[in-house]
Amino acid sequence: MALEDLFKVVKDRSMADTKPKADPKQKKASPKVEIPKGLLFKCPRCGTVVYRDDFERNRSVCSACNYHARINFRERLEMTADKGTFTELDAGLTSVNPIDFPGYENKIAALQKECGLREAVVTGVCTIHRYKTVIGIMDSNFMMASMGSVVGEKITRAFEYATEHKLPVVLFTASGGARMQEGIISLMQMAKTSGAIARHSESGQLYVTVMTDPTTGGVTASFASLGDIIIAEPKVLIGFAGRRVIEGTIKQKLPDDFQSAEFMLENGFVDMIVERKVMRPTLSKIFRTHNYTRSEEYKGGAAL
Amino acid sequence: MSSLTATQRLSIIREKGRPTVKDYIPALFNNFLELHGDRHFGDDAAIIGGVGMFDCTPVTVIAQVKGRNLEENKRSNFSMPHPEGYRKALRLAKQAEKFHRPVICFVDTPGAFCGIDAEKRGQGEAIARNLMEFMTLKTPILTIVLGEGGSGGALALAVCDELVMLENALYSVISPRGFASILWKDPTRESEAAELMKITAEDLLRFGVCEHIIEEPDGGAHRDPALMIENIAEYLTESLPRLCSVSTDEMLERRYEKFRRIGEFRDNS
Ligand SMILES: [Zn+2]
Repeated sequence: MALEDLFKVVKDRSMADTKPKADPKQKKASPKVEIPKGLLFKCPRCGTVVYRDDFERNRSVCSACNYHARINFRERLEMTADKGTFTELDAGLTSVNPIDFPGYENKIAALQKECGLREAVVTGVCTIHRYKTVIGIMDSNFMMASMGSVVGEKITRAFEYATEHKLPVVLFTASGGARMQEGIISLMQMAKTSGAIARHSESGQLYVTVMTDPTTGGVTASFASLGDIIIAEPKVLIGFAGRRVIEGTIKQKLPDDFQSAEFMLENGFVDMIVERKVMRPTLSKIFRTHNYTRSEEYKGGAAL
Repeated sequence: MSSLTATQRLSIIREKGRPTVKDYIPALFNNFLELHGDRHFGDDAAIIGGVGMFDCTPVTVIAQVKGRNLEENKRSNFSMPHPEGYRKALRLAKQAEKFHRPVICFVDTPGAFCGIDAEKRGQGEAIARNLMEFMTLKTPILTIVLGEGGSGGALALAVCDELVMLENALYSVISPRGFASILWKDPTRESEAAELMKITAEDLLRFGVCEHIIEEPDGGAHRDPALMIENIAEYLTESLPRLCSVSTDEMLERRYEKFRRIGEFRDNS
């Protein structure tokens, strides 16, 4: 189906949806309004447009080019952890405004409401194929998952917890980089997290990075690049410098695959590219080959 | 000490005659031998490294090279290192650890270079590796910010036991211009950004990022380079024996804690 046809379908459907709502009585009875703009997903990599339902059933992966799209914390947790095994760590940490950046508190408050998250990363303990692990998931819906004090502190504490309890760490990274609204404090989080990783590493524990879309800037230049094993999802953006910054310097357009997962693999900066549908078994194999043993606690618990 | 604004300091550190490591290294260290290359890819002229003597103490020096003129700047890529520069720094730091020499880093960079080759060779990984390795390096590390301390490109030489700043030096997460263009979509608001960002030596002292400020001659280091060199030498004379007298375990614990403490947040749990 051509793109224009698809949009026509959406338009027709949305018209159909609004028809009964023209009746004011019915409108009162059913306050739920269908939002047609969420009906389709247009792949930012190849431009293919698909029904959002189909796209989501496919784990938010583009069926045309295999781009692994951004997903939120809950979706990631659901497709990664054994059901009902997740316990959050440091859930109470929230941002303040260290350099008095105008409007920062309001922005944070609005995002907390919108995303149902306190900050851009959630950390905790769970099992994956019954292997107990510390897990961290960054959610790019929250201020592009930029790293300020809270993100830095939660990741640092997650590594310290894992060191103390002799656990591996799996981090799903996604970030626009350092959170500029927190000034130099955000830069220092790169050093702080790297320090905690150094100690976790020295204690002999395993750290697996899963780079998801987009992993950039100060996060690439700190904890994302420090995994013992670095996995990337297909077609995601991974890099240090912003694309437009580089294009501005060299005065020409960069090829599409520049700073992709595949580019990073080719240049030797990720160990493997792994599709979502086999992420759990892959992590499980990695735990197994690092002599972690399966926990008996989990017997397939209730939903989250 | 002066109470200049961030904008005024910005113009001082951009003064043509402001001394650079090309002035400081020969004046501060005897027997300096430059050591080249990262042993993997090449030699990055944006970072000079080598060994020398400070009084009677052998030291390793790692320094970002701002040029004093266009010719020098072209050679040192305007002090914007590539990954091989950071990897050379790490190699020399590891060498210093082996021979129990303190490491003295001079930071003076707008940031790590942003380009195709830098990405291909892993700019992010190179910086990340330095942060982790410097955190556990078993020899004292002292970092002096001379002028511009730009972002991760500066931090890669600034995981240290003591960070000192020349009085007018600035150290920031991104250049004020970059800050204005990203957050306000307006690079002309550079000066406003510089004031807001809290990037002066005094600001950083308050945040616990910086431990000490080295006074500059009136009007800036370019007004009296000899005095500036003297002030740095005086600081090194005091700090090196002090840092070297701490046991390795104690030193590493303090270094970890120095960064561990930085961060402002509320804990509602
Ligand atoms: Zn696609």
